[in-house]
Amino acid sequence: MKQKKDVQQGTLALMVLKTIDVLGPLHGYGIARRIEQISRDSFSVNQGTLYPVLLKLEQEGAIASAWGPSENNRRARFYRLTRAGHKLLEVEKRNWEQTAAIIARFFEVTPADLA
Amino acid sequence: VRALNRFLTRVRNFAAVRGNDQRLKEEIDSHVASQTEENIRAGMAPEEARRQAHLKFGAAEAIRENYHAEAGLPLIENLLLDFRYALRVLGKAPTFTVVATLTLMLGIGANVVVFGVLNAVLLHPLEVSDPASLYQLRHQQWTIGRLLTNSYPAFEDLRRRNTTFSGMAAFEAYSHAAILWRNTVMSAAGDEVTGNYFDLLGVQPEVGRFFHAGDEHGPGSAPYLVLSDDLWRKAFAADRNVVGKTVDFNKHPFTIVGVAPGQFHGTERFAWPDYWIPIVNQEQADGSDSLHDRAAVAVTVIGRLKPGVAPGQAIENLNAISAELAREYPETDDGQPLRLIHPGLIGDEGDVIRGFLWSVTVLALLVLAAACANLASLFAARAADRSRELALRVALGSSRRRLMRQLLTEAVVVSLLGGSAGLAAAGLLLRLLNRWHPLVESHLVISMDTRVYLVSLVLILGSALLFGLVPAQQAWQSSPLQMMKSGPLERVSLRRFALRDLLLGTQIAICTLLVTASLVAVRGMQRMQHIPLGFEPHGALLADIDLSEEKDIAGGFIEKVKATIEAAQTIPGVTAVGTVSRHPLNGGMHGIPIFRPGTSEFTLQNSVLAPYVFPMSPGYLGAAGTRLLRGRDVSWHDTASTPYVAVVNQTFARQMWGEIPAVGQRFVLWGKLTEVVGVVEDGKYHDLEEPAQPVAYLPVSQSDDDEAVFVVKSQRTPDEMTAALERTLSNITPNVSITVQSWPDVMSSELFPSQVAAVALGVMGLLAAMLAVTGIFGMAAYSVSRRMKELGIRLALGARKTQVMTAAVGRPIVLLCGGSLVGLLGAILLSRLLGRIVYQANPGDPVVVGGAVFIMALLGIAASAVPARRAIAVDPAKLMREE
Repeated sequence: MKQKKDVQQGTLALMVLKTIDVLGPLHGYGIARRIEQISRDSFSVNQGTLYPVLLKLEQEGAIASAWGPSENNRRARFYRLTRAGHKLLEVEKRNWEQTAAIIARFFEVTPADLA
Repeated sequence: VRALNRFLTRVRNFAAVRGNDQRLKEEIDSHVASQTEENIRAGMAPEEARRQAHLKFGAAEAIRENYHAEAGLPLIENLLLDFRYALRVLGKAPTFTVVATLTLMLGIGANVVVFGVLNAVLLHPLEVSDPASLYQLRHQQWTIGRLLTNSYPAFEDLRRRNTTFSGMAAFEAYSHAAILWRNTVMSAAGDEVTGNYFDLLGVQPEVGRFFHAGDEHGPGSAPYLVLSDDLWRKAFAADRNVVGKTVDFNKHPFTIVGVAPGQFHGTERFAWPDYWIPIVNQEQADGSDSLHDRAAVAVTVIGRLKPGVAPGQAIENLNAISAELAREYPETDDGQPLRLIHPGLIGDEGDVIRGFLWSVTVLALLVLAAACANLASLFAARAADRSRELALRVALGSSRRRLMRQLLTEAVVVSLLGGSAGLAAAGLLLRLLNRWHPLVESHLVISMDTRVYLVSLVLILGSALLFGLVPAQQAWQSSPLQMMKSGPLERVSLRRFALRDLLLGTQIAICTLLVTASLVAVRGMQRMQHIPLGFEPHGALLADIDLSEEKDIAGGFIEKVKATIEAAQTIPGVTAVGTVSRHPLNGGMHGIPIFRPGTSEFTLQNSVLAPYVFPMSPGYLGAAGTRLLRGRDVSWHDTASTPYVAVVNQTFARQMWGEIPAVGQRFVLWGKLTEVVGVVEDGKYHDLEEPAQPVAYLPVSQSDDDEAVFVVKSQRTPDEMTAALERTLSNITPNVSITVQSWPDVMSSELFPSQVAAVALGVMGLLAAMLAVTGIFGMAAYSVSRRMKELGIRLALGARKTQVMTAAVGRPIVLLCGGSLVGLLGAILLSRLLGRIVYQANPGDPVVVGGAVFIMALLGIAASAVPARRAIAVDPAKLMREE
């Protein structure tokens, strides 16, 4: 149970970091919407789960936040990537690619390769 | 670093919970509003748009929970939650809370006070460097109070010949001096010490310098004076320029070389010397010295062991030297084997003090244990009453761990409440204690330092664990199904009752033990008051008159004493006056060898008796109320030119001559053939615990000794008497300093330890008795309330009232009997412990045993009476209707 949640959270955090990296400062709703769009709505978690992740990232220093006006002139909290966040994203990205590559290799394996 | 950062942020967030909460709320609002707008744009009705937005966002509460888990410190937040809940639960049962808090307050408070004293007396190291390697030489034989052990030459031999000590110093702590400074004479008491004393102890002066071994060049060579910080401030106005100045010290010029630091007061915990002088100048200070006298037991010896040397090795080394000395000086050195103790508590008195304090600590812990047993049964009863609530919570998915934590938190809250109340009460009590005369005199400050607080905290949490684990364990084991089905009275609870019975039994056993102990103390006090003292302090005053002016003139001292006594007798209200070298219970010249007439070699081996010797004036026996049994008092006509005479006490007479009448018999004392002219009753001379001691009183007019305390029998107060004496004496000698104390007041400091013991034990006994009452009452009341229905049915079916009563309070009473029996047995087994605390303690004493049983029975009856009455008053009809 616990491990699954952790993996998900980690994934979500990575998505958040990348989203802000690409789009610049963004509020919670914007991030949620982008993630939905990019994952083509196949990623259906409650939008609210984003906020604990944002808080965690902020406490780790990967992102920083400040109040600002949103497109429809509502007070919203904008999140932006910090230098530490950039570094973290790089590291996480590499990790992820490595993991993905390893897993991919495992899927490509056929009985003949192991003989 | 990231984890640490995050932790710090969490801590900050934890402190600012509100702000975070607000922020999340705003973000959620803004988020949902944006989504709603988008939904509307997509063509939804506003109502539906909002609903969908909320759905998409998810359960706000769960997210908030998660968010909080990220933001703050969940463990502490949960703890706070438990804490708040516990406070609420306890607030709902105020009686229970108050009783529990009071119980713990007493238990913890008693322990804090006792530990405070223990801490101040035993655990504080002496203000010297490396106190652990510092030892004091004692003779093999165990003695109370006496500090002086060796002659000065023997000390020098020990110091020179030993191979196990890195240094050895000697001191004589009975020096008194009149110090003249700027035309004011102050009387002070201090220590005469060897030159290496300060260096051995490793202390540094506050001002100026200390004297060193190199300053000594034989007798009279080092007229130096080191002041205590206290005397320096009081008498020299803390003037740094006094260093180098010369003062008149007992009429001899002494140079002030330095001031000792305020914390330093030698190696005796209860003694605060005013000054230190080199012992080589003893003759100038005291009028005579014992630097070459091998027969005089004149110094206390302390030494620092070489690193790596065990005390056992050192003792062997010292005993070998001691045996050598006995061969070399057979007349004076008896080669007594030695042992080493840590200095500080008046020689071997330390064993008594340590024994007493540790015993009282054990008793105080027992009180706390009884309090915990009491609280455990209270908590268990409450947990049983709340079993439905607890079962419901388990059934609804609360984890047992969480439940246990909740119950433990309640215990901790009660414990903290009671503990802090106890701490506050103890602090108040200690502050009062510090102002108490005997403690002020001994400079002993009992403070609430970190160690005391730490121990209190450990006690508080420890007791919370002790009495909180019982209900917690019950909650752990309870099966929700069973609880919901049957309520708390069925099979399960039978066992629980057994546990509670055990707790109550334990509590009563401990309480009986404590009640017995306090009765033993009271009996001891009673005995103490009826010991034949051999003197009557009531109505007598002790006057210390400074006659030092006269000591230099030959015969002047005796003349002055005589004149003073005659003058005092003329004061109205005075019935008898006399002097003695040391008033009783203040020691004196002890172990003076007595020889039979005709002895040719006056070696220690040939002596037949080693009594106390007190020079006294005629009339002293009358003033002190010591009864003369046979013969006559000494008289002013007994002078150096008449035959030497003595008055001896019964023990002296019996040990010397058995049944033969002592009057007219002779013995040799200080080389003089002395005739017994009178026999007086036995008494106490050094302390109340001492066995019968042989004593010889010599006429002051035949003695060289110039110590004299005036004992004045009169009905007037010390203040009046001081004034009257001063007026009268000013005619004979002007400007004499006089201090008058009432003898009973002086006595009270001698009785102090046993009084303290009695009070301490009495308080413990009282606490224990209160705990026993609450315990039995709680148990009886609880069992009656649980069985109301059953009792009602019994009554309805025609049971007699006595039968109902037996059923209702039988169990507590059986427990009471069993518990008290165990407690009494325990007290008898612990008699050794009690013997250390109380004079002539004997818990097997029928009065004590009977008293304890009687008191416990009374307590039991008193505590059971109320529930029993309730049981009888049950109205069956009403009860049956109720359910």
